[in-house]
Amino acid sequence: MAEQQTKPKFRWHILVFLAPAVLVYTAVMIYPLFNTLRLSLFTEVDQTRIFVGLQNFRTLFGDAIWSTQFWNALGNNFWFFLVHMLVQNPIGVALAAILSHPKLRFAGFYRSAIFIPTILSFVIVGFAWKLILSPIWGIAPGLLDAVGLKSLYAPWLGKEAYALTTLSLVSVWQFVGIPMMLIYAALLSIPDEILESAEVDGITGLAAFWKIKLPLILPSIGIISILTFVANFNAFDLIYAAQGALAGPDFSTDILGTFMYRTFFGFQLQLGDPHMGSTIASAMFAIILIGVCLYLFGIQSRMRRYQF
Amino acid sequence: MNVARQNRLNTFAAHGALILYTVIALFPVFVIVINSFKTRKAIFREPLALPHADSFSLIGYETVLKQGDFVLYFQNSMIVTVGSLFFILLFGAMAAFALAEYRFKGNTLMGLYLALGIMIPIRIGTVAILEMMVQTGLVNTLWALILVYTAQGLPLAVFILSEFMRQVSDDLKNAGRIDGLSEYRIFFRLVLPLVRPAMATVAVFNMIPIWNDLWFPLILAPSEEVKTLTLGSQVFIGQFVTDWNAVLSALSLAILPVMALYVVFSRQLIRGITSGAVK
Repeated sequence: MAEQQTKPKFRWHILVFLAPAVLVYTAVMIYPLFNTLRLSLFTEVDQTRIFVGLQNFRTLFGDAIWSTQFWNALGNNFWFFLVHMLVQNPIGVALAAILSHPKLRFAGFYRSAIFIPTILSFVIVGFAWKLILSPIWGIAPGLLDAVGLKSLYAPWLGKEAYALTTLSLVSVWQFVGIPMMLIYAALLSIPDEILESAEVDGITGLAAFWKIKLPLILPSIGIISILTFVANFNAFDLIYAAQGALAGPDFSTDILGTFMYRTFFGFQLQLGDPHMGSTIASAMFAIILIGVCLYLFGIQSRMRRYQF
Repeated sequence: MNVARQNRLNTFAAHGALILYTVIALFPVFVIVINSFKTRKAIFREPLALPHADSFSLIGYETVLKQGDFVLYFQNSMIVTVGSLFFILLFGAMAAFALAEYRFKGNTLMGLYLALGIMIPIRIGTVAILEMMVQTGLVNTLWALILVYTAQGLPLAVFILSEFMRQVSDDLKNAGRIDGLSEYRIFFRLVLPLVRPAMATVAVFNMIPIWNDLWFPLILAPSEEVKTLTLGSQVFIGQFVTDWNAVLSALSLAILPVMALYVVFSRQLIRGITSGAVK
């Protein structure tokens, strides 16, 4: 029988299995992605689309009004990311380290409770914090008063100097569950023998964390960092829900996502411009691509991995 | 200090830190929900008190249910979430099976192509997606959202499911082939039931971001009859900013379904994350 099938039949079922996913993915994700990059090279004059090459990018980076907005949004976005890296991930690692203690009771309860903010939508989170921090309602000043720190209170979301940091911390509050869970998983996968042999050598408690566990979970911290980076650089919802499309006060909370939305759809007196919107999207794409490549080739390939 | 005492101290500190953070995590949700059941006066006079006989009021919920069409929004969110999950799981599992089971030219390349979308956010292509939806007449329909979320969810679904399908025993599949089952039957009858836990993980991972998304409903389906719950509550709250009863009730109503889902699926979700499905 085998000899009869000299020429293998075309295996249609492979095509049938692959086709739906590949078609939807290509048509709704990959094609629009490249089409957006293409649209950034066009502009609209008298309702016809004309090719202008890199003119839009020249406007974005060269024109005073556009470039101030762009650099402002990019700078804010970096600050947003930095706060996540410096606050969210260390807290996540610390919580995971405590939770992974083998004899800890109620670990399941803490884990589920701390993860709750992560499942709420940005709309809920944005408004809830807006209300809590609001000077009208008085929960935040009241709580600070209770611990004798009332003088520290300020309407944080309304002050240019604090608004972005406040919103970054709100976002940290919301997403701390993700690094916590991933690090927790990584810590659980460290074999007991390693920790026990360390214990025999007299390395326990905090020393065991710094010298043994931390180096072993570094790859997970790397993955969390790149996930945070990608999520932060296309963030939009929280700022939009809390501060609106204008990302007030005075654009101090404007990040690339809100900037692109405003440009694409227009706001108040400015008309929407899909081509400039695409230009900003292309810039975001480039930034994310650079970040991902830096991670893949600069960090991940150099990281030492341990096989158990 | 002897070891036992130090241990007890450590346990104490660990619980202290965890309780502190749990309070921080739950406090805002708690404040919103308790205040939604109070009169306007009580909301401002004693924001941290539980509602009692004098301060209890459902006025906010009455406004919300009268003014906003939350039942419709809820239904739209349900259709979009369930529809997207169905297509993500079906198409994702089929593609994952093809990649895991058969050797063919371009297998690795196809896997890489599908994996691209794990790192690149679909939002970057929004301008062209909107243009395409307008051209095909899908704008302001739930189909637009279902298609976008399906495309967004497929890369990770294929990646996770193909890892799991590689572990399904070859003997089982070959036994099926000897019994004359077609490749389709082997997939639907033998393989799919075996990877059900992985499918549940993928479903739970995708459910929350789809349900909570604001960007695509805002851009692709903003009209009244196709609003999702997330967009609906955003718009509603924006209009009723000064009506604190209504805003707090709307927020509580938006929290409720997600919390219910979480209670049902939290074990699955946590097991999914901690089993190392996303490494």
